Amino acid sequence: MLEGLLTGLATAFTFKNILMVVGGCLIGTFIGMLPGLGPMSIIAIMIPIAITIGDPSAALILLAGVYYGAVFGGSTSSILINAPGVASTVATSFDGYPLARKGQAGKALTVAAIASFAGGTIGAVLLMVFAPALASVALLFHSSEYFALMVVGLSAIAAFAGTGQVGKALLMTFLGLMMATVGEGVLFNAPRFTMGIMDLQSGFGFITLAMAMFALPEAIFLVLDPRRSKTGDAGEGEKITNLRITRDETRRIVPVIGRQSIQGFFIGVLPGAGATIASFLGYAVERNIASKEEREQFGKGSVKGIAAPESANNAACTGSFVPLLTLGIPGSGTTAILLGALIALNVSPGPRLMVDEPQIFWAVIISMYLGNVVLLVLNLPLIPYIAKVLAVPRNYLIPFILFFTLMGAYIGQNNATELLILVGFGICATLFRFADYPLAPLLIGFILGPLLENNFSRAMQLYNGVDFIWERPMTLGLMVLAVILIVLPGYRSRRAIARAEGVADGS
Amino acid sequence: MALDRWLALVILLICLAYSYTAYFTMDALLPPIMKSSPIWPSSFPKVLAIGGILLSLSILLGLEKTPGKKDAADINLARLGEYKVGQAVVLLALMVAYALLLRPLGFLASTFLFLTCGSFILGERRYLVMIAIAAVAAGTVWYLVDEVLGIFLSPFPSFLNGG
Repeated sequence: MLEGLLTGLATAFTFKNILMVVGGCLIGTFIGMLPGLGPMSIIAIMIPIAITIGDPSAALILLAGVYYGAVFGGSTSSILINAPGVASTVATSFDGYPLARKGQAGKALTVAAIASFAGGTIGAVLLMVFAPALASVALLFHSSEYFALMVVGLSAIAAFAGTGQVGKALLMTFLGLMMATVGEGVLFNAPRFTMGIMDLQSGFGFITLAMAMFALPEAIFLVLDPRRSKTGDAGEGEKITNLRITRDETRRIVPVIGRQSIQGFFIGVLPGAGATIASFLGYAVERNIASKEEREQFGKGSVKGIAAPESANNAACTGSFVPLLTLGIPGSGTTAILLGALIALNVSPGPRLMVDEPQIFWAVIISMYLGNVVLLVLNLPLIPYIAKVLAVPRNYLIPFILFFTLMGAYIGQNNATELLILVGFGICATLFRFADYPLAPLLIGFILGPLLENNFSRAMQLYNGVDFIWERPMTLGLMVLAVILIVLPGYRSRRAIARAEGVADGS
Repeated sequence: MALDRWLALVILLICLAYSYTAYFTMDALLPPIMKSSPIWPSSFPKVLAIGGILLSLSILLGLEKTPGKKDAADINLARLGEYKVGQAVVLLALMVAYALLLRPLGFLASTFLFLTCGSFILGERRYLVMIAIAAVAAGTVWYLVDEVLGIFLSPFPSFLNGG
């Protein structure tokens, strides 16, 4: 591990790569603050840029920096204007915004930054410990286990989509998988499902799809509901003056940060759970175990209420890199986009990554530390200036968000048809959002589709049929786990509904 | 019928067309040598098609009970009347126009027009500010993408570039 760490240090500590981290964090914070552009969209926009860099380590370091910056930017807008840019920072606004209303926005931001820093750093240490161990186990896996593992990942993502939504999430996953089969696959040199359209020959572009699924619907919602974008009225009441926190407050948040960083990391490792669940759970746990007086402070501007979700969501972001880097399986929409970026850079993440290209693996880990340091020492003091972006009126902001969405799909491909596909899918995605269909499973299915089919086909060829499912115990075990993950939430919600009806009937 | 079931119906139709291709037309193009392989280009799509049909049917028939929407702050179809649907539709049309005009007009002119019209549609009437911001933004983005990053973006109308 020490050797790897040194390789990583040598790779990350070049002038170019430090520039990448700093630049990535700043861009991420800046854009992450805007409503409508979450980490997924920002990373998708940055991918063509990362690809032009060419060097996979530098590109990945840039994207990781953008990711951290975007999560941090999201917390800033939840604290300052109660408009979380991302779902994972919604819990931060519960206490961050009330504290800002009391005129202590600076304090809220500092607590958030310290908690994020600690969460990210503890997460990176845990990642360093667990990822090599997991990768060495994963090296024993065959294609059939990989196939089963991906099925487990996709089922977990559907299972975590929420009660009563497992069916919808699964359907979205299937739709994503089906879309991935369009075009000329790597496996068979024949176009499939192109309906004779030349532009579909190479399949749908994943960046276009990512923009259409996340950035565009969010932008359309901003247009539809003006109350959603609270920009333009910021900077009047909540001046950021004092960034300092007291010794007593530090003493109170330290144990919270410690607990939530560890809990958040492990939640992040689970596919489908991710930063959002980690932050809400972290908030709830801390509120429940707090003393009575402190519990009453929650929701009114408690520093603990800011520290808990912030450390948990950052640790979870780091945790979500574990399955991505060791198994090549993304557990969230954001890591799915990163997987897409890696594939575009000719890097195949998985257990072999640590053996074949240790410099990439370790450089990413080192860049996580660096990124966290940059966020704390550079972004935090700059926040009062960066936050000025929140004062941009909606009439100017929305055209720019739409324009960046278009650019994300256009640059790198130089194909105007991609833009039409973007708008078309964006409208579909908006309708899906209205009807409560989760969209992340679709994108994850789309990105995992080719890998899933590859491993499925290899296993089929090796065993001359689907016998591999019951002939290999580990594959069978994983498949059973996948079925349990899907069936359990449905069964539990059915029981809950039945019990509720029973109570209503008086029986 | 609620919107989610309408969408399930549309997905069902897509799945049916997809499975028709996977089960009936795709294998006809398969070279004979591939037929001895246990895996065909249509194998995986066949599995997906069945899953897609079953799942969309389960939602269409309402087999899964969905809890009512709790989050009032989130976007909700019931409040569609309060939303600015017109603006959204016009902006989407503007995006389509941008896609169609990007090549003929070039990046600079089409981006300038897109940003100005976008602000105008949203109700901005300070024309000078609008024009200045759009012009500066179009120029800066082009410079950053084309010159700094080296990703080619055709700046001028196609007739100036010789097609």
